[in-house]
Amino acid sequence: MEELDVEPAITNIPAASDGKHLGFAWGPGDILAYETLYMAPGMCAKGSGCSFIHEVRKDEDIYSPILRKLFNESHHIFVGLQTIREDLPSKNKKTQFVSISKNYRSVIRACMEELQQVAASVLVLQVSILLAIELIWNLCEVLFIDAAPAGPLLLHLLDWVRLHKGDVDEKAREVLQSESPAEHHDYWDVVVSYVLQGRFEEARQMLVKQATLQPAARNMYKLMDTLLSKMPFYNPGGTQTLTEFDVKWRHWHEEVDRCLQDNSFASNQHLEIICKILVGDEDTLLEHKELLSTWYHFLVTRLLFCHPTVKPTELHYYAQSCMTMFLDLRSVPEPLDSILLAAFEFDIHQVIKDCSIALNNWWFVAHLTDLLDHCKLLQSHNLHFGSNLREFLLLEYASGLFTHHSLWQLAVDYFDNCPEFGHVYLELQIERVPLDTERKALKVLRICEQRQMSEQVRSICKIMAMRALRNNRLGSALSWSIRAKDAAFATLISERFLQDYCARGTFSDLDLIDNLGPAMLLSDRLTFLVKYREFHKLYEENRFSEAAKLLLSLITAKIAPRSFWMTLLTDALPLLEQKEVSHSAHCALHCGFGHDLCFSGRVQLGEAELKDNSGTK
Amino acid sequence: MCRTDRVPTAGILWLALVVIMFVARSIAADHKDLIHDVSYDFHGRRMATCSSDQSVKVWDRSENGEWHCTASWKTHSGSVWRVTWAHPEFGQVLASCSFDRTAAVWEEIVGESNDKQRGLSHWIKRTTLVDSRTSVTDVKFAPKHMGLMLTTCSADGVVRIYEAPDVMNLSQWSLQHEISCKLSCSCISWNPSSSRAHPPMFAVGSDDSNVTYGGKVQIYEYNENTRKYAKAETLMTVTDAVHDIAFAPNLGRSFHVLAIATKDVRIFKLVPMRSDRKESTSTGPTKLEVQIVAQFDNHNSQVWRVSWNITSTLLASSGDDGCVRLWKANYMDNWKCTGILKGDGSPLTSSSGQPTAMSTIVGSSVQTSQNALNGMSAGRYFFPPLDPPRAGTRYGHLLPPSSLIEHCDAEPIQPQQALPYRLSSRALLPLPEAEGQ
Repeated sequence: MEELDVEPAITNIPAASDGKHLGFAWGPGDILAYETLYMAPGMCAKGSGCSFIHEVRKDEDIYSPILRKLFNESHHIFVGLQTIREDLPSKNKKTQFVSISKNYRSVIRACMEELQQVAASVLVLQVSILLAIELIWNLCEVLFIDAAPAGPLLLHLLDWVRLHKGDVDEKAREVLQSESPAEHHDYWDVVVSYVLQGRFEEARQMLVKQATLQPAARNMYKLMDTLLSKMPFYNPGGTQTLTEFDVKWRHWHEEVDRCLQDNSFASNQHLEIICKILVGDEDTLLEHKELLSTWYHFLVTRLLFCHPTVKPTELHYYAQSCMTMFLDLRSVPEPLDSILLAAFEFDIHQVIKDCSIALNNWWFVAHLTDLLDHCKLLQSHNLHFGSNLREFLLLEYASGLFTHHSLWQLAVDYFDNCPEFGHVYLELQIERVPLDTERKALKVLRICEQRQMSEQVRSICKIMAMRALRNNRLGSALSWSIRAKDAAFATLISERFLQDYCARGTFSDLDLIDNLGPAMLLSDRLTFLVKYREFHKLYEENRFSEAAKLLLSLITAKIAPRSFWMTLLTDALPLLEQKEVSHSAHCALHCGFGHDLCFSGRVQLGEAELKDNSGTK
Repeated sequence: MCRTDRVPTAGILWLALVVIMFVARSIAADHKDLIHDVSYDFHGRRMATCSSDQSVKVWDRSENGEWHCTASWKTHSGSVWRVTWAHPEFGQVLASCSFDRTAAVWEEIVGESNDKQRGLSHWIKRTTLVDSRTSVTDVKFAPKHMGLMLTTCSADGVVRIYEAPDVMNLSQWSLQHEISCKLSCSCISWNPSSSRAHPPMFAVGSDDSNVTYGGKVQIYEYNENTRKYAKAETLMTVTDAVHDIAFAPNLGRSFHVLAIATKDVRIFKLVPMRSDRKESTSTGPTKLEVQIVAQFDNHNSQVWRVSWNITSTLLASSGDDGCVRLWKANYMDNWKCTGILKGDGSPLTSSSGQPTAMSTIVGSSVQTSQNALNGMSAGRYFFPPLDPPRAGTRYGHLLPPSSLIEHCDAEPIQPQQALPYRLSSRALLPLPEAEGQ
């Protein structure tokens, strides 16, 4: 039941291949691989010193500067798509979905053009991948999103072929710019190519040039011109029904066939060929494989001249036979052929699967699947797994983005739109974003805060607090630990502040300490630090009475660290001598020493010292 | 090719099975012997390597993505098996474990500014954990929500859990738990789940190759009431030697996923049986329902390492076929090999002069760091010289040559042998301690 259709890709590592092992370590966007030798216990290993560690990367697209534009701009489209309201009438929605699909494609096109301008040989592969992506996307848009019915379907397919077979226009320009276009060696190729794509206006204009050169054959050219101009095309905006169109088209077809039967063009092989094409002669079409270049061009041309009212459900039959007829010499179809064929068969899952295998690119499958899911197309195929498939692909794509130093911010929105695992993926990924600077840390923090990711918020603040403390930036460490609501760490940093004060006699980071507000209540020690600093401020401002009261409350509240008692006592000394200090406070300060501090021998010692000091003063 | 009669394939759909990778750069690690472990720090900006040359190196990634060795020092008197980073909430902390029967905790000290300019960092040993009587085979920090806790396991079959009660003083570690697993231990892994519904849990693997000893993977769970770890489960189906074990990130699920490297790669699902919990006495560990999710024998023989990526969408394993294989589940939870890293038989060699400009840069930076470190040995912090012991130097004739140490490994270690060795090694090799410790 399991498909075994894909062989894992082998990446060669410049390391010994036999008898050695490859060790590895997962990184955020890569794997480190190194030569080693694992041993069972009791075995003896002798190694060599020539050790290399190889950084093995995937998702190389992520690192392409030009594709970055693709990621950035498609992100906007993606976010816009997620906000399309569920309750819109389905007709309006369809128009929106088609326009979103076109936006995605125009981003691909823009990228492709930019890549072509760079034109470095290394980018050829990337251009061809983008070309394929756009080709597939366009077909999916026609078949799945726009879901054109019989009639318009062929017109869309013609547009699709014309858009991706642009070399005709190039050749035509070359011919027309030559001195004598009608004698140019590519002249008939261009005319036939136009006809194959159903571009009769252009074909006729080209034929006029030939006609003027051959006055003798004027009637023949005139007849061809009439045939071409009379070919009916379905007009989706008009009042004509499909049946009416079909009758008209059959009538025209018979007329062309008649011309062929009565040898109207027998004297001009080129016109004869065009006429055969117009009746949809398979052999003639297949003789022009070079001009068609692909089986799907052949398919669309064949439909144009044989089955212009093809229904979506019939497509797979013609696609299959056209591919077989066209590829007769090549035994195995390319991945692109299989993908397009699966699309013609309306097998969306096969398209997505084959694309993800062939393209090694999550961008395409993730965005296309998301769009198809919004169009409610995946459910109809498989009710149970439809939305999971979308989420699975979006998670993969967004995880890839997260390995990039700036693109990770785009990934957040993708995770936000994955209801099942998006949040937990974001939690796992975002905590790995390197917090190189405070600014980046704040950016990451804001994202976490907006999403109530309290544990990540705490952890980021804690990491930043620890880093600041290690670098002796106490102020920063304190504000980060307040943000983390980490009482233990705030206590520790407060203690550092007090130690620093004891050592230097001054406080650092006054701005922060003076403006903590209620945050000081986070820990007793922090409260003490703030209050103690307040005491100093009062003292400096000569508000001795208030200072004494505050000092007293600090002593009686017992929130001062033991090691700080001596300092407090010393601070009290000058206050005891101050006349402004009220009598009651004076007494209380004395009492304070008596009641609260006397139990400790050390403090008694301190008091003795105090007495000594007051003596000397 | 005919596809018209194909049944819908969605049910067995495989996605992006091919992980195409490429070697972005090669770094000359410059270890003088086998590298045993390489470990990324939490943010992926630093890595640590350890080797049979008894040293650990720390590497920092520069802005342009290149790696520079910023510290290199002798850590143990035997092969260093594993090196691992603590969560950055606890600062820059490394733990290493070795054949010399010890595990050690190292902390980076923010050095003088001119050292920073020279791209050097200072690591000092905070503690040596000497409780094991045999080679310490694995060392892991517990998940950060449990505090700063370090776990070791050793060939003597004991798992030890240490705690640093004061995260600002890493020289104090207390041995909180000693759990005897009866079988020689090779690897441990903590369940990373921080959900309140999941008590702390770790798995330990044994590389005892005697299949008659039964299951080689044991799951232990912490019990709030007894404050002890109790065995919750033994994976009885894993009877061959186990070399590595790894819990997957939990992803908010009720069950746990465990990967095991034994004679093959196995992935198990451990489903806590909630209903049982209420019925049984509150002191019993959670009953686990063990389900095998996947089993691969593509490595042909022994598998030595297993490890998950950040979101556990990929499992990597390394085995006797010399390959690293990447395993991926599709959204139907079917697992498949999606990528292979394979030695191409043309190892780069430092001696041949093949390394590119980059490795020369690395090489020279190491050179400077060595000189600086040697010069530093009398300085504020003790740094053991990196050079291998030479005859005539103080260490040269006292330390057993590394070849001898490797030789010891081949013989079964008897406890009575172990003790004198440990004593002598400690007596002979002054352990580098931080000043003021």
